[in-house]
Amino acid sequence: MDLDALAGCLSSSACLVTQTTSGLIIGMLLFLVAVGLTLIFGVLKVVNFSHGAFYMFGAYFAMTAYQLTASFALAMLAGAAGTAILGLIFERVFMSRVYGADVLMQLLVCYAFVLIFDDVVRIIWGPEFKSMGMPSAFQVMPLFIAGGVVPPYYLLLIGVALVAAIVLGIGLSRSRIGKVIRAAAHNPGMVSALGINTGLIYGGVFALGGMLAGLAGALAAPVRSLTPGMGFSVLIESFIVTVIGGMGSILGALIGALLLGLIRSFGSLGFPLFTEGLMYLFMVIVLVSKPTGLFGKEAA
Amino acid sequence: MTELEAGRAETLAPVRSGAAVQRYRDVLIALIAFIVLASLPLFTGSKALLDFVIRCSAYGLFATSLNLLVGYTGLTSFGHGMFFGLGAYSYGLIMQKLGVPIPVAFVATLAITAMFAAIIGAICVRLKEIYFAFVTLAFQMLIHSTILSWASFTGGDQGLRGGIPRPPFLGIDLANHVHLYVASCALLILGLLAMRQIAQSSFGYTLRMIRDNAARASFLGIDVWRAKLTVFVLAALFASMGGMVMALFVSGAYPEFAYWTISGEGIFINMLGGVSTFLGPMVGTVLLLLLNDTVTRFTEYHGIVLGVVILFFALGLRKGLLDFVAEWFAQRRDAGEGR
Repeated sequence: MDLDALAGCLSSSACLVTQTTSGLIIGMLLFLVAVGLTLIFGVLKVVNFSHGAFYMFGAYFAMTAYQLTASFALAMLAGAAGTAILGLIFERVFMSRVYGADVLMQLLVCYAFVLIFDDVVRIIWGPEFKSMGMPSAFQVMPLFIAGGVVPPYYLLLIGVALVAAIVLGIGLSRSRIGKVIRAAAHNPGMVSALGINTGLIYGGVFALGGMLAGLAGALAAPVRSLTPGMGFSVLIESFIVTVIGGMGSILGALIGALLLGLIRSFGSLGFPLFTEGLMYLFMVIVLVSKPTGLFGKEAA
Repeated sequence: MTELEAGRAETLAPVRSGAAVQRYRDVLIALIAFIVLASLPLFTGSKALLDFVIRCSAYGLFATSLNLLVGYTGLTSFGHGMFFGLGAYSYGLIMQKLGVPIPVAFVATLAITAMFAAIIGAICVRLKEIYFAFVTLAFQMLIHSTILSWASFTGGDQGLRGGIPRPPFLGIDLANHVHLYVASCALLILGLLAMRQIAQSSFGYTLRMIRDNAARASFLGIDVWRAKLTVFVLAALFASMGGMVMALFVSGAYPEFAYWTISGEGIFINMLGGVSTFLGPMVGTVLLLLLNDTVTRFTEYHGIVLGVVILFFALGLRKGLLDFVAEWFAQRRDAGEGR
């Protein structure tokens, strides 16, 4: 424990800015992963335990695309589109077989794929740490805000995640397809009876969730090291986010992710060894005081 | 016992005498199983085989205790492994720091586990399904983080090293491999027998009713929260026993013992062996350990192999192996009776 360091940081504007930005990028990446998870849970009622794998694949796809084309935009596209396709195939071929089955069966299928995907990455890209490197467009002087150092890439990252959050939020609440998705979440039998292909919606939502996780992985690739199994800690953290925010709530995912990001970045100063513990403690406190999460609805 | 439970026990009197017969049969089976297992060293000098049985004892106790929650009560705990780790660490620390006789450390560990389980359980069992799963997972990770960060006490990521002393007691010397083996078998059989008695008791049937319809159980006057908490603590005790066997075996305790993957493996073992038969988790334990041992011998990518096997069980059989076999026999018997 090092509370002096935490207090010192809180009283210095430079440190405050630096820590807040790093908390925000952790939070925004987590949000992108968690919002896919919460969307899949909300519509399909499935807890996608293999969601972290999509984050991992997004990062590896982006790295490979960047090495081949040297284009950052193509790398992001590869990360997002590749995982979307992967998500669609995974849902149609495997997950769709265990809908309505025991929750344990669904978890087991996902768990099997966590093991398989990690090994697939190990076979294709090797077991060692990889890094994509910062694209040249962002290798510029960092910005100084109130004495704090903020790399421009961080701003891009936060911006992209914010745009995704807004598009998703408005898309789901206003657009026709958003309404159909929400209707399918509420009463799939009725939607199906109205002549809408629910299988297509389920596949689409899973692909969308996979795409968001893949995009997060691609965005994280320049600033994180890549390793098989990297999806796992992200998965656990995004679970915490969805549970804190309330399963199925997009706003909850956003607020939960930002809170967790800030806890991580400031917690690492005050409690360097217990940073993870702080997150779990926070989750326990939230769930004990409000069992359905901050923005969760009471179970019917 | 509530008034209602007492009334039910009366009307169930004829069933009760059947239960007594079954109890004697269970004890007899346990006794035979113990004699067979304990005489194994007389026939084979293979240390690897004995080690395998010891590991099966540790994981078997853990997995079967998890099934008290998952299979009997419908509580999918994702953090049951914390009690496995807690058992290993408490036992190791007590032996290293206090130097008390092994049986004392054993009982003290169970007491510590019961205390933790009562506090954690009181918070968790209020929650439903997925929230229960995640809050148990959070507690597991909280304990794991504590073990990692409290390095001066627990050894941090290095684990409890330097060996756990095994002073002889009552003529039993656990430093002797055969003694350790027989003691592990005895703990396994005793633990299984105790859990079997719990599962077949009226309390065990109360748990099944809670699993099938908690609202109805509540209307019938059962304190659902208290029953769930009781089974949570009981299951924790047996998991902690498994952890102690593991600590005895490796003469140490490591943070991985308290990591969530232990819980994941426990769930997997249960699915592999079957959750609706008492011995399903035991079958699953043997299957998983065998599978792990053989697959790692042939390929470094054992995740793929394990994953495909899991898919076979989840998508193909759709139930554990022993459940599948039991159902198959039941169907054959029904067919034989011309139904």
